[in-house]
Amino acid sequence: MFGLETLSGSAQAAVTVGIVFLQAIALYVGYGALTRVAQPTVLDALGGE
Amino acid sequence: MTMEILGLSLLMVGVFVGFGLLIGTLFGFFGMGGSFLVTPALLVMGYPSTVAVGSGLAFVFGTSVIGALRHRDHGQVDYKLAVIMTVAMTVGIEAGKSVVFFLEATGMADLVINVAYVGLLATVGLFTLRDSWTDSSNDGDTDTDLADRVQSIHLPPMVTLRGGVRVSGTIVFAVGLVIGILSGFLGVGGGFLLMPAMMYGLGVPAAIAVGTDILQITISGAFGAFTYAQSGAVALPVVAFLLLGSALGARIGAGATNLVDEDEIKGYFAAMLLAGSLAVASNKLGTVYDIAVLNTLSTVLIFGAALLVSGAVVVAAVCRLRSDQTGRWCRLTTSQSD
Repeated sequence: MFGLETLSGSAQAAVTVGIVFLQAIALYVGYGALTRVAQPTVLDALGGE
Repeated sequence: MTMEILGLSLLMVGVFVGFGLLIGTLFGFFGMGGSFLVTPALLVMGYPSTVAVGSGLAFVFGTSVIGALRHRDHGQVDYKLAVIMTVAMTVGIEAGKSVVFFLEATGMADLVINVAYVGLLATVGLFTLRDSWTDSSNDGDTDTDLADRVQSIHLPPMVTLRGGVRVSGTIVFAVGLVIGILSGFLGVGGGFLLMPAMMYGLGVPAAIAVGTDILQITISGAFGAFTYAQSGAVALPVVAFLLLGSALGARIGAGATNLVDEDEIKGYFAAMLLAGSLAVASNKLGTVYDIAVLNTLSTVLIFGAALLVSGAVVVAAVCRLRSDQTGRWCRLTTSQSD
């Protein structure tokens, strides 16, 4: 998966941890932007009235 | 031919993203917990124990990075405490991991890890349940007693922590070591053990405990994931889809904290821990005695419990948003409303 098999054990492990780290940052930023855009609409819809 | 993404069927992708969403909601709301359901869930789904533990640690690492980013503005970290805990937990994780791989070689890993999980989840669940029942009546006298007693032990070297707490460095190290062993052994971040241990055991103020906890989990989660990944025991696609769901869930859960009091939901949280321990137990019994219905029961329990508690959080939040305390669903989740 992801071409990781060609790397040695430690390098492969470092890349694995790095991928998780970068994904976490990307998700934080991405969902942060999404929340800013969608939050008012969602709260309106849930709020009823 | 069924469509696959990163080697997982669409159904499994949906399961992992959905489960991540539930767990993230719990994490965002309670500030901890939920992530330790990942390893049992993977065990129940038939992943080998090393992969279940390794992937659990990688997920904990990703989640804590997101948590650290969120708390970066108002996180109070005691670096002295963090360093001692990190060193102790790193040693502990290595030890715990060696035990897992040793047990795997003897063929007993699944049994021992499952039993340890049942015990741990049940214990923490019962404590939380007791806590949620006695919250209003007693103001934590026993908790301060324990911290006072620990602080009165003058085992050198003594260290002074932020908030004026003076405590034995040896005891801090020992606590970190035990939590590290459990963390490496079970694939749990240790956060739900570390935070209570720091607050109730060492008497560290809550704000400092939270900040130090997140830093600590990020570091030890990274290290734990790294050591398991060296043996190829991290299922990266599984972790990726879990994170995809949990990062969004964390936003929802964090939003709900502005609306709902944590104590209203605490009973549900305790029930979820107990259900988790039941799930692992019935899965083990089902496998040993080849009873299919027990395996189904464990799957239903683990996913049902996560769904129930995160559902309770969301329903309570929506009820507050609508100022509705009379609807059937709202009465179930906001019983202690003021």
